[in-house]
Amino acid sequence: MALLEIRNLSVTFRTRGGLFKAVDGVDIVVEPNEVLAIVGESGSGKSVAMLAVMGLLPWTADVTADAMLFDGQDLQTLKPAERRKIIGKDMSMIFQEPMSSLNPCFTVGFQIGEALKTHLGMDKAQRKVRTLELLDQVGITDPERRLAAFPHQLSGGMSQRVMIAMALSCRPKLLIADEPSTALDVTIQAQILDLLVSLKRETGMALVLITHDMGVVAETAERVIVQYAGRQVEQSATIPLFADPHHPYTHGLLAALPERATSSRLPTIPGMVPGQFNRPAGCLFAPRCAHASAICHTTPPPKAGAAMGEALCWTPLVNGMPVGKGAAA
Amino acid sequence: MNAIPKPSAILEARALSRQYIVRRGMFSPYASVRALEGVSFSLEAGKTLAVVGESGSGKSTLGRLVTMIETPSSGALIINGKDVVEADPATRERLRREIQIVFQNPYGSLNPRQTIGMALEEPLLVNTDMSARDREAAARAMMARVGLRPEFYGRYPHMFSGGQRQRIAIARALMLNPKLLVLDEPVSALDVSIRAQVLNLLKDLQEEFGLAYLFISHDLSVVKHISDDIMVIYLGHAVEIGSREAIFTNPQHPYTRALLAATPVADPGHKKERIILSGELPSPFEPPSGCPFHPRCAQAVAQCKVDAPVLEQKSGRSVACWVV
Ligand SMILES: Nc1ncnc2c1ncn2[C@@H]1O[C@H](COP(=O)(O)OP(=O)(O)OP(=O)(O)O)[C@@H](O)[C@H]1O
Ligand SMILES: Nc1ncnc2c1ncn2[C@@H]1O[C@H](COP(=O)(O)OP(=O)(O)OP(=O)(O)O)[C@@H](O)[C@H]1O
Ligand SMILES: [Mg+2]
Ligand SMILES: [Mg+2]
Repeated sequence: MALLEIRNLSVTFRTRGGLFKAVDGVDIVVEPNEVLAIVGESGSGKSVAMLAVMGLLPWTADVTADAMLFDGQDLQTLKPAERRKIIGKDMSMIFQEPMSSLNPCFTVGFQIGEALKTHLGMDKAQRKVRTLELLDQVGITDPERRLAAFPHQLSGGMSQRVMIAMALSCRPKLLIADEPSTALDVTIQAQILDLLVSLKRETGMALVLITHDMGVVAETAERVIVQYAGRQVEQSATIPLFADPHHPYTHGLLAALPERATSSRLPTIPGMVPGQFNRPAGCLFAPRCAHASAICHTTPPPKAGAAMGEALCWTPLVNGMPVGKGAAA
Repeated sequence: MNAIPKPSAILEARALSRQYIVRRGMFSPYASVRALEGVSFSLEAGKTLAVVGESGSGKSTLGRLVTMIETPSSGALIINGKDVVEADPATRERLRREIQIVFQNPYGSLNPRQTIGMALEEPLLVNTDMSARDREAAARAMMARVGLRPEFYGRYPHMFSGGQRQRIAIARALMLNPKLLVLDEPVSALDVSIRAQVLNLLKDLQEEFGLAYLFISHDLSVVKHISDDIMVIYLGHAVEIGSREAIFTNPQHPYTRALLAATPVADPGHKKERIILSGELPSPFEPPSGCPFHPRCAQAVAQCKVDAPVLEQKSGRSVACWVV
């Protein structure tokens, strides 16, 4: 049984300018002991989708889904109190903005201790031992002293590691890590990723990694979901995705990596992700796509088969070239 | 140090140091953190100096000193040939405008109650006598320049994704046409294709305006792409400074080598040898004796524990290491 099963998830925000669909029919299935990466354009709804799963979106968001199951429980029918018991314990999240997720008024030690008290009912002495252990695990030196530190006294990378320690405190079954290593330098990043992967191996924890770092994806993830403008445009195992991306967006994404660049100007995807007021009628990527044909501009594309990375495209690419409409059907 | 700054050097740092006095607990004594220790470099117009190093090594501290948000505990900072510590308040105000910063955390630096338009126009409102119409025109032009949609003008920061907010922060820093931009992890929150656009944009702006960049980043693939020179810092000390060529093709300092080896490669088939750093990150409260890197260094010899190496010219770059 899948640990997390999300079917046809959509999130619509009520904004002053009208309704805005930030997540549009996304399926996310995570098996126990799996590392899934979610990559994609900024604003493509990666964070919003996961915040919806966590039940942490503001009231202006309408969330719908055909299924939303975690560990056999239906998140949609769960009472708020029951849901709160899961969130932060069995399913926890490292947020994209570590600075604003830490409460500036409380010390690091207090904030980690709170989760241990609420979810595990640990007493003061147990909490201290566990907190020190956690800080040490995430590579914070001098943990005893850092307990008394306030968030503003930490560097960016350190607050991020405190966040990671908090997320791991109750030994979650599923950890959603939203850009867990943006503020970390590479040696610590390597250490944190090793820690997460070893937790996965030892405890069977599953990991959803939202990241823009394709190096991290290549080295850590087993499977990748690619999102664009709220839609899921490709999904496949990591190795084939890097070797032969099928959706033109994925192709453009990999081409824009500095390490693959051959000139001082990087290849970019022309244009911008569609906004609230200029959603194309057909394929959402068509206005920026080098291979778009007439049908792409008028009719939303179907999902290609698994061999084509389930690419949401009329003419998925093979070795960088479109293979014609037949392949998509 | 009495080196004469090069005429084109926009920024010259001489033995910059910064300490923070902190108290570790309610009843514990005060202690000092040496966030930056005697860092020297110069930066010319139109050039990019990348600063890389461990979390907590003092990169942001350096950024705050260079942008005059904080004053150095010791050392000199010379901007456009003027020593900022000795400058009169009016000159300092003017120098301050020429150096802008894009903060590591775009969430904290954008006021949640300001629309994007207001955020971009504020520097103009405070520092120039442009009319409201001209300010709006300048803000809209800058939005287009950095790839923000026109309808974002009246929106508030919370309505944007991480990447969109970072572009707003970059746009805001550029509003006063600075000569030098301190970019503190400017693209680490961005998605790959926007990052490529921003890196191209930064290159264009640099060529167009002769901007100098102090580029703080932990992403070595980006650093390799954008920088002319690289400074590697460790626990507040510069351990290696050299051209991009020198650092990437032939790194000398054992820490620089470990850094390069730990960088993830966007190729799942790639097998690489990792240099695993042994030992723990040293505490900035009690920095190691001798070379700050010696407790984690596989090549350390007896001397490294005792004497702190200073930067020396070796193999076409400056490196502070007894062994190489
Ligand atoms: N509270 C909100 N009200 C209105 N729109 C919102 C709100 N929160 C997010 N959005 C919009 O939803 C879309 C998806 O945002 P999300 O934060 O999920 O992007 P993301 O894929 O995580 O991007 P990034 O990689 O930059 O973090 C964006 O267009 C964003 O502007
Ligand atoms: N206001 C402050 N008070 C006390 N200590 C501080 C303060 N600001 C920074 N420090 C300390 O100074 C050292 C350098 O911090 P700095 O933020 O410059 O690191 P950094 O290299 O930018 O790290 P990161 O990559 O994590 O952002 C750290 O040990 C940090 O804890
Ligand atoms: Mg996000
Ligand atoms: Mg920093």
